[in-house]
Amino acid sequence: MSAVTTLPIPRTRAHTGRVTQPRVALSEWTKLRTLRSTRYALLAGVAMTIGFAVIPALVNANRWSTMSAVDRAGFHPLETSLIGVTIAQLAFGVLGVLVISGEYSTGMIRSTFAAVPKRLPVLWGKAGVFGLVTLVLALPSTLIAFFAAQAILSGHSLNGHDIALSFSDPGVARAVIGGALYLTLIALFGLGLGAILRSTAGGISALAAILFVLPPLTNVLPSTWGDAISPYFPSNAGSAIMQTGNPAHTLGPWTGLGLLAGYTALAIVIAAFQLRRRDV
Amino acid sequence: MIEARNLTKRYGETTAVSDLTFTVAPGIVTGFLGPNGSGKSTTMRLILGLDAPSEGEVKVNGKRYADFAAPLHEVGALLEARSVHTGRSAYNHLLALAQTHGIPRSRVDDLIELVGLGSVAKKRAGQFSLGMGQRLGIAAALLGDPEVVMLDEPVNGLDPDGIRWIRDLMKTLAAEGRTVFLSSHLMSEMALTADHLIVIGRGRLIADVSVYEFIHRPSKQFVVVRSPQAMQLTEVIAGPDVTAQAVGPGVLEIEGLTAEQIGTAAAANDIVLYELAPRQASLEDAFMDLTRDEVEFHASTSAHDDREGALAA
Repeated sequence: MSAVTTLPIPRTRAHTGRVTQPRVALSEWTKLRTLRSTRYALLAGVAMTIGFAVIPALVNANRWSTMSAVDRAGFHPLETSLIGVTIAQLAFGVLGVLVISGEYSTGMIRSTFAAVPKRLPVLWGKAGVFGLVTLVLALPSTLIAFFAAQAILSGHSLNGHDIALSFSDPGVARAVIGGALYLTLIALFGLGLGAILRSTAGGISALAAILFVLPPLTNVLPSTWGDAISPYFPSNAGSAIMQTGNPAHTLGPWTGLGLLAGYTALAIVIAAFQLRRRDV
Repeated sequence: MIEARNLTKRYGETTAVSDLTFTVAPGIVTGFLGPNGSGKSTTMRLILGLDAPSEGEVKVNGKRYADFAAPLHEVGALLEARSVHTGRSAYNHLLALAQTHGIPRSRVDDLIELVGLGSVAKKRAGQFSLGMGQRLGIAAALLGDPEVVMLDEPVNGLDPDGIRWIRDLMKTLAAEGRTVFLSSHLMSEMALTADHLIVIGRGRLIADVSVYEFIHRPSKQFVVVRSPQAMQLTEVIAGPDVTAQAVGPGVLEIEGLTAEQIGTAAAANDIVLYELAPRQASLEDAFMDLTRDEVEFHASTSAHDDREGALAA
């Protein structure tokens, strides 16, 4: 590298800007959009949400004429179009972990907290920016997933009625928009876990365990216990928003989503307390 | 201006920094000298509030660092450990830091040019060499045009051009009236750059002196005596302010008496002397001893070896 001799540095005392929450949020937006991993993970989340709605819709539409009456009766056109949400939650949740754990693993967190030594504005900035980005991407994704799946299913009928649902059918708008809210909360839950554990491996393991490993483990319990516990797991509670009708052993749609919001808030509050106290 | 008072940091059983009190004045380059692992980086993290002190406190320009509304305008720091996300470009790294304070993009551009990273500003920082990483860290430190510039081992990994550039930069910044505080484990580097030195070893303050004094002021004066009657001589010269230490068979290091006094006492008691030599150790020697101790310390398995206290005089 060539020698640098351009001295002295320009002294421009004009910019004596203070640290403000909007400025920290802008900084977090810059951090989020300037990492390749973020763009890939968000793209993956959108692709999964839509793809895993379209594929099962295509499969079922093609097989409809040969399906048994029982299979036809058990087919849920709404749930089919929201299967992608339960898969895409992994991409959004993992990205939530990475948004903060990546700063710890690379040492960036020291630069971040040297610039914002009060620390909490960083957590609020990350949560606000990442939550908003997730919502802005997840909402069109669930809408596209729903309309694409119904378009594929339309023309197939059960008992003389077209199986495709309309957005104005009871519970449909709530489930489809709720799917996007669910993804946003899972993303923020991941952020909270990443901030508490401060490690990518630890955060992702904890997220996967809570979302995917623990809920099926209730099957080893006596069924009455399992049925009593199972609705309160974060993923089970939150996905109640995507169900229509009133299935057994689940919370009500808004109660369930509210509980997931509570878990998310709890994770972020614990993270906030630790953030203020711990050395970095 | 940096003021540390009784600054202490413990990590579990280990005491990284112990009861440090010092002041770093503006307008000069102050070196922070100590062997590797002596607590320099910990002290700098304490100054920035990244770690909380176990006891004592440290203030920058009269306040705790976290209490400033615009901290990057007060202190710009280059930390020893990498503090950059490896997946982000140098430009975007600086931009994200600048945005927390509303510092304009033009300042980011200026600094990238200043530190000579113009051609690689869009490259991901993970692909940077150590020297390029240091330049990026220095750009980040200067982003807020800070009153206090604090650099941890800034010449690490820099080529000779870069090292000279850093030295000039430090002196220019100090001449502008800023507080410049830089750490190194190399005395030779400090002698060329710093005006004043704060020297630590194992987390304790050893010296707070000018570079000139550090090199020239004797920290210890003693007399080396070789005699077949060393034991007898020890008894003859014994006194409240006199210490005599056997450093080999028939060889003593005596503190508290001049060579003349020892020679006279020996003659009066018919003690044979083969050698009588006044010696002095500079603070630099003391530092070198300390560094050697550190090396021994790392090589040995004994956990508690507290010899630096004797050198702290």
